[in-house]
Amino acid sequence: MIQSLEPVLKGHPFFAEMPEKHLEFITGCAKNVAFPELHTIFHEGDPANEFYFIREGLVSVELLVPNRGATTVQTVAEGEILGWSWVSPPYRWHFGARTLQRTRALVFDAKCLRTKCEEDHDLGYELLSRFVNVISARLDATRLQLLDIYGRND
Amino acid sequence: MGAMIETEIAEHRVSEPMIPELFRIERLKRETEDTFTLELVPVEETTKISFLPGQFNMLYVFGVGEVAISISSGPAETSRLEHTTRRVGVVTKAMGMLKPGDTIGVRGPYGTHWPVTEENGRDFVVVAGGIGLAPLRPVLYHLMAQRERYRNIVLLYGARSPEEILYKRELERWRGKFDLEVQVTVDRGASGWRGNVGVVTPLIARAPFNPSNTVALVCGPEIMMRFAAMELQKRGVPAERTYLSMERNMKCAVGHCGHCQFGPTFVCKDGPVFRLDRIAPIFGKGEI
Repeated sequence: MIQSLEPVLKGHPFFAEMPEKHLEFITGCAKNVAFPELHTIFHEGDPANEFYFIREGLVSVELLVPNRGATTVQTVAEGEILGWSWVSPPYRWHFGARTLQRTRALVFDAKCLRTKCEEDHDLGYELLSRFVNVISARLDATRLQLLDIYGRND
Repeated sequence: MGAMIETEIAEHRVSEPMIPELFRIERLKRETEDTFTLELVPVEETTKISFLPGQFNMLYVFGVGEVAISISSGPAETSRLEHTTRRVGVVTKAMGMLKPGDTIGVRGPYGTHWPVTEENGRDFVVVAGGIGLAPLRPVLYHLMAQRERYRNIVLLYGARSPEEILYKRELERWRGKFDLEVQVTVDRGASGWRGNVGVVTPLIARAPFNPSNTVALVCGPEIMMRFAAMELQKRGVPAERTYLSMERNMKCAVGHCGHCQFGPTFVCKDGPVFRLDRIAPIFGKGEI
Protein backbone atom coordinates (compact mmCIF):
# COMPACT_ATOMS: atom_id res chain seq x y z
CA MET A 1 0.00 0.00 0.00
CA ILE A 2 1.40 3.40 -0.93
CA GLN A 3 1.21 5.84 1.96
CA SER A 4 0.71 9.56 1.37
CA LEU A 5 3.60 11.84 2.29
CA GLU A 6 1.19 14.54 3.46
CA PRO A 7 1.16 13.43 7.14
CA VAL A 8 4.99 13.50 7.12
CA LEU A 9 5.01 17.08 5.84
CA LYS A 10 2.22 18.21 8.16
CA GLY A 11 4.21 17.07 11.19
CA HIS A 12 7.18 19.25 10.32
CA PRO A 13 7.48 22.87 11.54
CA PHE A 14 8.55 23.98 8.05
CA PHE A 15 5.10 23.16 6.69
CA ALA A 16 3.15 24.15 9.83
CA GLU A 17 -0.12 25.98 9.14
CA MET A 18 0.31 25.77 5.40
CA PRO A 19 -3.11 25.84 3.65
CA GLU A 20 -4.31 22.37 2.73
CA LYS A 21 -4.43 23.04 -1.05
CA HIS A 22 -0.81 24.20 -1.11
CA LEU A 23 0.35 21.31 1.02
CA GLU A 24 -1.47 18.91 -1.27
CA PHE A 25 0.24 20.39 -4.31
CA ILE A 26 3.69 20.36 -2.71
CA THR A 27 3.19 16.76 -1.59
CA GLY A 28 2.54 15.89 -5.21
CA CYS A 29 6.01 17.21 -6.07
CA ALA A 30 7.75 15.08 -3.41
CA LYS A 31 9.14 11.57 -3.37
CA ASN A 32 11.18 9.48 -0.96
CA VAL A 33 14.86 8.93 -1.66
CA ALA A 34 17.65 7.10 0.17
CA PHE A 35 21.37 7.65 -0.24
CA PRO A 36 24.26 5.50 0.96
CA GLU A 37 27.09 6.93 3.06
CA LEU A 38 29.48 9.29 1.19
CA HIS A 39 27.11 9.69 -1.74
CA THR A 40 27.22 12.97 -3.67
CA ILE A 41 23.68 14.36 -3.78
CA PHE A 42 24.57 17.31 -5.97
CA HIS A 43 27.66 19.10 -7.24
CA GLU A 44 28.47 22.79 -6.88
CA GLY A 45 27.51 24.55 -10.14
CA ASP A 46 24.99 21.95 -11.33
CA PRO A 47 21.38 23.02 -12.07
CA ALA A 48 19.42 23.40 -8.82
CA ASN A 49 16.07 21.85 -9.59
CA GLU A 50 15.33 20.17 -6.26
CA PHE A 51 15.35 20.72 -2.57
CA TYR A 52 15.40 18.10 0.18
CA PHE A 53 13.79 17.52 3.52
CA ILE A 54 16.16 15.28 5.50
CA ARG A 55 14.27 12.57 7.36
CA GLU A 56 17.28 10.67 8.69
CA GLY A 57 21.06 10.92 8.41
CA LEU A 58 23.59 13.69 7.97
CA VAL A 59 24.61 15.66 4.88
CA SER A 60 27.73 17.73 4.42
CA VAL A 61 27.37 21.02 2.52
CA GLU A 62 30.71 21.51 0.80
CA LEU A 63 32.81 23.92 -1.20
CA LEU A 64 35.76 22.90 -3.31
CA VAL A 65 38.73 24.86 -2.00
CA PRO A 66 42.00 24.81 -3.97
CA ASN A 67 44.67 22.73 -2.21
CA ARG A 68 42.15 21.66 0.44
CA GLY A 69 39.62 19.75 -1.62
CA ALA A 70 35.98 19.46 -0.60
CA THR A 71 35.57 21.47 2.62
CA THR A 72 32.49 21.09 4.81
CA VAL A 73 31.03 24.47 5.70
CA GLN A 74 27.95 23.10 7.40
CA THR A 75 26.04 19.89 7.98
CA VAL A 76 22.31 19.37 7.55
CA ALA A 77 20.62 16.79 9.75
CA GLU A 78 17.30 15.11 10.39
CA GLY A 79 14.38 17.49 10.25
CA GLU A 80 16.24 20.16 8.29
CA ILE A 81 15.89 21.51 4.76
CA LEU A 82 18.74 21.12 2.28
CA GLY A 83 19.09 23.46 -0.68
CA TRP A 84 17.72 26.85 -1.59
CA SER A 85 19.65 27.65 -4.76
CA TRP A 86 16.50 26.68 -6.69
CA VAL A 87 14.84 29.86 -5.38
CA SER A 88 16.90 32.45 -7.23
CA PRO A 89 18.55 32.69 -10.66
CA PRO A 90 20.68 31.28 -12.14
CA TYR A 91 19.23 28.24 -10.31
CA ARG A 92 22.55 26.48 -9.87
CA TRP A 93 23.92 24.96 -6.67
CA HIS A 94 26.24 27.34 -4.83
CA PHE A 95 27.60 24.43 -2.79
CA GLY A 96 27.89 20.69 -3.19
CA ALA A 97 26.18 18.15 -0.91
CA ARG A 98 27.42 14.73 0.17
CA THR A 99 26.07 12.29 2.72
CA LEU A 100 28.19 11.56 5.79
CA GLN A 101 25.85 8.81 6.91
CA ARG A 102 23.19 6.74 5.22
CA THR A 103 20.47 9.31 4.58
CA ARG A 104 16.74 9.20 3.89
CA ALA A 105 15.04 12.30 2.54
CA LEU A 106 12.09 13.69 0.66
CA VAL A 107 13.13 15.30 -2.59
CA PHE A 108 10.93 18.03 -4.06
CA ASP A 109 10.72 18.88 -7.74
CA ALA A 110 11.67 22.54 -7.43
CA LYS A 111 11.51 23.22 -11.14
CA CYS A 112 7.83 22.30 -11.10
CA LEU A 113 7.31 24.32 -7.89
CA ARG A 114 9.00 27.37 -9.42
CA THR A 115 6.62 27.30 -12.37
CA LYS A 116 3.64 26.82 -10.10
CA CYS A 117 4.75 29.68 -7.80
CA GLU A 118 4.82 31.99 -10.82
CA GLU A 119 1.22 31.02 -11.58
CA ASP A 120 -0.03 31.01 -7.99
CA HIS A 121 1.53 33.82 -5.96
CA ASP A 122 -0.22 32.67 -2.77
CA LEU A 123 1.67 29.40 -3.00
CA GLY A 124 4.82 31.34 -3.87
CA TYR A 125 4.44 33.50 -0.75
CA GLU A 126 3.74 30.50 1.51
CA LEU A 127 6.80 28.68 0.26
CA LEU A 128 9.22 31.58 0.03
CA SER A 129 8.33 32.98 3.47
CA ARG A 130 9.27 29.59 4.91
CA PHE A 131 12.52 29.51 2.96
CA VAL A 132 13.32 33.02 4.23
CA ASN A 133 13.18 31.61 7.79
CA VAL A 134 15.56 28.80 6.85
CA ILE A 135 17.93 31.22 5.08
CA SER A 136 17.79 33.70 7.99
CA ALA A 137 18.61 30.97 10.54
CA ARG A 138 21.54 29.78 8.38
CA LEU A 139 22.79 33.36 8.05
CA ASP A 140 22.72 33.82 11.85
CA ALA A 141 24.57 30.56 12.31
CA THR A 142 27.13 31.49 9.65
CA ARG A 143 27.77 34.87 11.28
CA LEU A 144 28.39 33.18 14.62
CA GLN A 145 30.68 30.70 12.91
CA LEU A 146 32.64 33.58 11.34
CA LEU A 147 33.16 35.19 14.76
CA ASP A 148 35.34 32.25 15.79
CA ILE A 149 33.88 32.55 19.30
CA TYR A 150 35.80 29.68 20.85
CA GLY A 151 39.16 31.26 20.10
CA ARG A 152 41.48 32.68 22.71
CA ASN A 153 39.46 35.84 23.08
CA ASP A 154 36.14 34.20 23.93
CA MET B 1 11.99 24.63 47.99
CA GLY B 2 13.79 27.95 48.44
CA ALA B 3 14.75 26.93 51.98
CA MET B 4 16.27 23.70 50.68
CA ILE B 5 18.47 25.59 48.24
CA GLU B 6 19.61 27.99 50.98
CA THR B 7 20.53 25.03 53.20
CA GLU B 8 22.54 23.41 50.46
CA ILE B 9 24.41 26.61 49.71
CA ALA B 10 25.06 27.16 53.40
CA GLU B 11 26.61 23.71 53.63
CA HIS B 12 29.07 24.70 50.93
CA ARG B 13 29.96 28.07 52.37
CA VAL B 14 33.62 28.58 53.11
CA SER B 15 34.57 29.10 56.76
CA GLU B 16 37.74 31.15 56.02
CA PRO B 17 36.98 32.66 52.63
CA MET B 18 40.26 34.57 52.19
CA ILE B 19 42.68 31.87 53.32
CA PRO B 20 43.81 29.35 50.70
CA GLU B 21 44.30 25.72 51.58
CA LEU B 22 47.20 23.75 50.19
CA PHE B 23 46.58 21.19 47.47
CA ARG B 24 49.11 18.98 45.71
CA ILE B 25 49.03 18.47 41.97
CA GLU B 26 48.43 14.79 41.36
CA ARG B 27 48.27 15.07 37.59
CA LEU B 28 48.26 17.71 34.88
CA LYS B 29 46.39 16.38 31.88
CA ARG B 30 46.60 18.12 28.53
CA GLU B 31 43.11 18.24 27.02
CA THR B 32 43.77 20.21 23.81
CA GLU B 33 46.60 22.35 22.48
CA ASP B 34 45.87 25.17 24.94
CA THR B 35 43.69 23.63 27.64
CA PHE B 36 44.60 21.36 30.52
CA THR B 37 43.04 19.75 33.58
CA LEU B 38 44.63 19.92 37.02
CA GLU B 39 43.91 17.04 39.38
CA LEU B 40 44.40 18.26 42.94
CA VAL B 41 44.48 16.43 46.27
CA PRO B 42 44.51 18.15 49.67
CA VAL B 43 47.84 18.32 51.45
CA GLU B 44 46.18 18.25 54.88
CA GLU B 45 43.98 15.28 55.73
CA THR B 46 41.57 17.64 57.49
CA THR B 47 40.79 19.53 54.27
CA LYS B 48 37.34 18.56 53.03
CA ILE B 49 36.23 18.65 49.39
CA SER B 50 32.59 19.59 49.05
CA PHE B 51 30.95 21.68 46.35
CA LEU B 52 27.86 21.95 44.17
CA PRO B 53 27.96 21.69 40.36
CA GLY B 54 28.63 25.09 38.83
CA GLN B 55 30.68 26.54 41.70
CA PHE B 56 34.25 27.76 41.30
CA ASN B 57 37.49 27.94 43.28
CA MET B 58 40.20 30.59 43.41
CA LEU B 59 43.48 28.87 42.49
CA TYR B 60 46.66 30.53 43.67
CA VAL B 61 49.96 29.90 41.86
CA PHE B 62 52.46 31.02 44.48
CA GLY B 63 54.48 34.03 43.46
CA VAL B 64 52.38 34.60 40.36
CA GLY B 65 48.76 35.22 41.27
CA GLU B 66 45.26 33.94 41.76
CA VAL B 67 42.55 33.12 39.25
CA ALA B 68 38.94 31.93 39.40
CA ILE B 69 38.36 28.54 37.77
CA SER B 70 35.20 26.43 37.75
CA ILE B 71 35.34 23.01 39.31
CA SER B 72 35.08 20.35 36.63
CA SER B 73 35.10 17.11 38.65
CA GLY B 74 32.01 15.28 39.87
CA PRO B 75 30.41 16.52 43.09
CA ALA B 76 30.43 13.02 44.57
CA GLU B 77 34.24 12.88 44.30
CA THR B 78 35.50 13.88 47.75
CA SER B 79 39.16 12.87 47.52
CA ARG B 80 40.27 15.09 44.65
CA LEU B 81 39.33 18.21 42.70
CA GLU B 82 39.61 18.84 39.00
CA HIS B 83 39.85 22.18 37.24
CA THR B 84 40.06 22.58 33.48
CA THR B 85 41.35 25.84 32.09
CA ARG B 86 42.90 27.44 29.05
CA ARG B 87 46.36 29.01 29.00
CA VAL B 88 45.38 32.64 28.38
CA GLY B 89 46.98 34.85 31.01
CA VAL B 90 50.03 35.03 33.26
CA VAL B 91 48.51 32.86 36.00
CA THR B 92 47.06 30.13 33.82
CA LYS B 93 50.25 30.00 31.76
CA ALA B 94 52.26 29.52 34.96
CA MET B 95 49.71 26.96 36.14
CA GLY B 96 50.22 24.98 32.94
CA MET B 97 53.96 24.75 33.76
CA LEU B 98 53.38 23.13 37.16
CA LYS B 99 54.39 19.52 37.70
CA PRO B 100 52.88 16.65 39.70
CA GLY B 101 53.94 17.10 43.32
CA ASP B 102 53.91 20.91 43.17
CA THR B 103 51.54 22.67 45.52
CA ILE B 104 48.91 25.25 44.80
CA GLY B 105 46.58 27.34 46.98
CA VAL B 106 42.83 26.77 46.76
CA ARG B 107 40.09 29.05 48.14
CA GLY B 108 36.47 28.08 47.77
CA PRO B 109 34.06 26.82 46.65
CA TYR B 110 32.25 30.03 45.77
CA GLY B 111 29.17 31.10 43.91
CA THR B 112 25.79 29.76 42.93
CA HIS B 113 25.17 26.35 41.44
CA TRP B 114 23.19 24.70 38.64
CA PRO B 115 19.65 23.86 39.83
CA VAL B 116 19.94 20.08 39.76
CA THR B 117 18.76 19.34 43.27
CA GLU B 118 15.48 21.21 42.81
CA GLU B 119 14.38 19.91 39.44
CA ASN B 120 13.49 16.21 39.73
CA GLY B 121 11.34 14.77 36.97
CA ARG B 122 12.44 17.29 34.36
CA ASP B 123 14.18 16.98 31.00
CA PHE B 124 17.62 18.58 31.08
CA VAL B 125 19.23 20.17 28.06
CA VAL B 126 22.85 21.13 28.60
CA VAL B 127 24.30 23.51 25.99
CA ALA B 128 28.05 24.04 26.10
CA GLY B 129 30.47 25.93 23.90
CA GLY B 130 34.26 25.58 23.91
CA ILE B 131 35.72 25.46 27.39
CA GLY B 132 32.21 26.15 28.72
CA LEU B 133 31.84 22.37 28.93
CA ALA B 134 34.13 22.34 32.00
CA PRO B 135 31.70 24.03 34.47
CA LEU B 136 28.91 21.79 33.13
CA ARG B 137 30.83 18.55 33.56
CA PRO B 138 29.98 18.24 37.31
CA VAL B 139 26.31 18.62 36.48
CA LEU B 140 26.52 15.87 33.86
CA TYR B 141 28.18 13.58 36.41
CA HIS B 142 25.43 14.41 38.87
CA LEU B 143 22.59 13.88 36.36
CA MET B 144 24.01 10.52 35.34
CA ALA B 145 24.65 9.41 38.91
CA GLN B 146 21.02 10.23 39.76
CA ARG B 147 19.69 9.18 36.36
CA GLU B 148 16.35 7.82 37.64
CA ARG B 149 15.41 11.24 39.03
CA TYR B 150 15.35 12.93 35.62
CA ARG B 151 13.72 12.39 32.24
CA ASN B 152 15.53 13.12 28.94
CA ILE B 153 19.08 14.37 29.31
CA VAL B 154 20.59 16.06 26.27
CA LEU B 155 24.10 17.45 25.88
CA LEU B 156 24.73 19.79 22.95
CA TYR B 157 28.38 20.74 22.65
CA GLY B 158 30.11 23.02 20.17
CA ALA B 159 33.86 23.34 19.74
CA ARG B 160 36.06 25.21 17.33
CA SER B 161 37.47 22.14 15.58
CA PRO B 162 37.69 18.37 16.15
CA GLU B 163 41.12 18.87 17.77
CA GLU B 164 39.68 21.32 20.29
CA ILE B 165 36.95 19.09 21.66
CA LEU B 166 37.27 18.79 25.44
CA TYR B 167 36.98 15.46 27.29
CA LYS B 168 36.94 13.48 24.03
CA ARG B 169 37.02 10.03 25.57
CA GLU B 170 34.32 10.91 28.05
CA LEU B 171 32.10 12.31 25.31
CA GLU B 172 32.55 9.13 23.30
CA ARG B 173 31.62 7.06 26.35
CA TRP B 174 28.57 9.24 27.00
CA ARG B 175 27.51 8.98 23.35
CA GLY B 176 27.39 5.22 23.77
CA LYS B 177 24.82 5.50 26.55
CA PHE B 178 21.18 4.86 25.67
CA ASP B 179 19.85 7.21 28.31
CA LEU B 180 21.88 10.26 27.31
CA GLU B 181 21.66 12.13 24.00
CA VAL B 182 24.99 13.70 23.06
CA GLN B 183 25.39 15.88 19.98
CA VAL B 184 28.72 17.44 19.17
CA THR B 185 29.40 20.00 16.46
CA VAL B 186 32.50 21.88 15.33
CA ASP B 187 32.78 25.27 13.65
CA ARG B 188 35.47 24.00 11.32
CA GLY B 189 35.47 20.46 10.07
CA ALA B 190 38.61 18.59 9.17
CA SER B 191 39.37 15.67 6.90
CA GLY B 192 38.13 12.55 8.60
CA TRP B 193 35.51 14.38 10.68
CA ARG B 194 32.14 12.76 9.99
CA GLY B 195 30.09 14.68 12.56
CA ASN B 196 28.14 17.93 12.61
CA VAL B 197 29.69 21.14 11.30
CA GLY B 198 28.24 24.48 12.35
CA VAL B 199 27.58 26.37 15.56
CA VAL B 200 25.94 24.66 18.50
CA THR B 201 22.80 26.78 18.75
CA PRO B 202 20.87 25.31 15.74
CA LEU B 203 21.12 21.88 17.41
CA ILE B 204 18.62 23.14 20.01
CA ALA B 205 15.80 23.20 17.42
CA ARG B 206 16.01 19.46 16.77
CA ALA B 207 17.16 18.12 20.15
CA PRO B 208 14.88 15.55 21.81
CA PHE B 209 13.38 17.29 24.86
CA ASN B 210 9.96 18.46 25.92
CA PRO B 211 10.22 22.27 26.23
CA SER B 212 7.35 22.55 28.68
CA ASN B 213 9.17 20.30 31.15
CA THR B 214 12.77 21.23 30.46
CA VAL B 215 15.53 22.88 32.44
CA ALA B 216 18.22 24.38 30.22
CA LEU B 217 21.79 24.92 31.41
CA VAL B 218 24.03 27.00 29.15
CA CYS B 219 27.72 27.85 29.40
CA GLY B 220 30.10 29.22 26.80
CA PRO B 221 31.11 32.49 25.21
CA GLU B 222 28.51 35.15 26.03
CA ILE B 223 27.50 35.63 22.40
CA MET B 224 26.84 31.90 22.11
CA MET B 225 24.72 32.00 25.26
CA ARG B 226 22.64 34.85 23.82
CA PHE B 227 21.86 32.89 20.69
CA ALA B 228 21.27 29.72 22.72
CA ALA B 229 18.81 31.60 24.94
CA MET B 230 16.94 32.80 21.82
CA GLU B 231 16.77 29.28 20.39
CA LEU B 232 15.57 27.87 23.72
CA GLN B 233 12.91 30.56 23.89
CA LYS B 234 11.82 29.69 20.32
CA ARG B 235 11.46 26.03 21.36
CA GLY B 236 9.34 27.17 24.32
CA VAL B 237 11.71 26.70 27.26
CA PRO B 238 10.74 29.44 29.74
CA ALA B 239 13.35 31.96 30.91
CA GLU B 240 12.71 30.94 34.52
CA ARG B 241 13.99 27.46 33.69
CA THR B 242 16.96 28.64 31.62
CA TYR B 243 20.26 29.09 33.51
CA LEU B 244 23.48 30.66 32.28
CA SER B 245 26.96 30.72 33.77
CA MET B 246 28.39 34.22 33.43
CA GLU B 247 32.05 35.15 33.40
CA ARG B 248 33.64 38.34 34.63
CA ASN B 249 37.07 39.14 36.02
CA MET B 250 36.94 37.91 39.63
CA LYS B 251 39.42 38.89 42.32
CA CYS B 252 38.13 38.51 45.89
CA ALA B 253 35.37 35.95 45.11
CA VAL B 254 33.29 37.13 48.08
CA GLY B 255 31.61 40.25 46.71
CA HIS B 256 33.89 42.85 48.32
CA CYS B 257 36.18 44.15 45.59
CA GLY B 258 33.62 44.83 42.84
CA HIS B 259 35.80 43.59 39.98
CA CYS B 260 33.12 41.20 38.77
CA GLN B 261 30.20 43.61 38.92
CA PHE B 262 27.48 42.69 36.43
CA GLY B 263 24.76 45.34 36.59
CA PRO B 264 23.39 45.29 40.15
CA THR B 265 24.99 41.90 40.89
CA PHE B 266 28.42 40.45 41.53
CA VAL B 267 29.20 37.38 39.47
CA CYS B 268 31.28 35.87 42.29
CA LYS B 269 28.53 35.77 44.88
CA ASP B 270 25.22 36.24 42.99
CA GLY B 271 26.51 34.04 40.13
CA PRO B 272 28.22 32.61 38.25
CA VAL B 273 25.00 30.67 37.58
CA PHE B 274 22.09 33.04 36.93
CA ARG B 275 18.48 32.36 36.04
CA LEU B 276 17.83 34.02 32.69
CA ASP B 277 14.68 35.92 33.69
CA ARG B 278 16.57 37.54 36.58
CA ILE B 279 19.30 38.96 34.36
CA ALA B 280 17.29 39.42 31.15
CA PRO B 281 17.25 43.26 31.35
CA ILE B 282 21.06 43.43 31.48
CA PHE B 283 22.07 40.28 29.59
CA GLY B 284 23.69 41.13 26.26
CA LYS B 285 23.91 44.87 26.98
CA GLY B 286 27.27 46.14 25.79
CA GLU B 287 27.47 48.80 28.50
CA ILE B 288 27.28 46.26 31.35
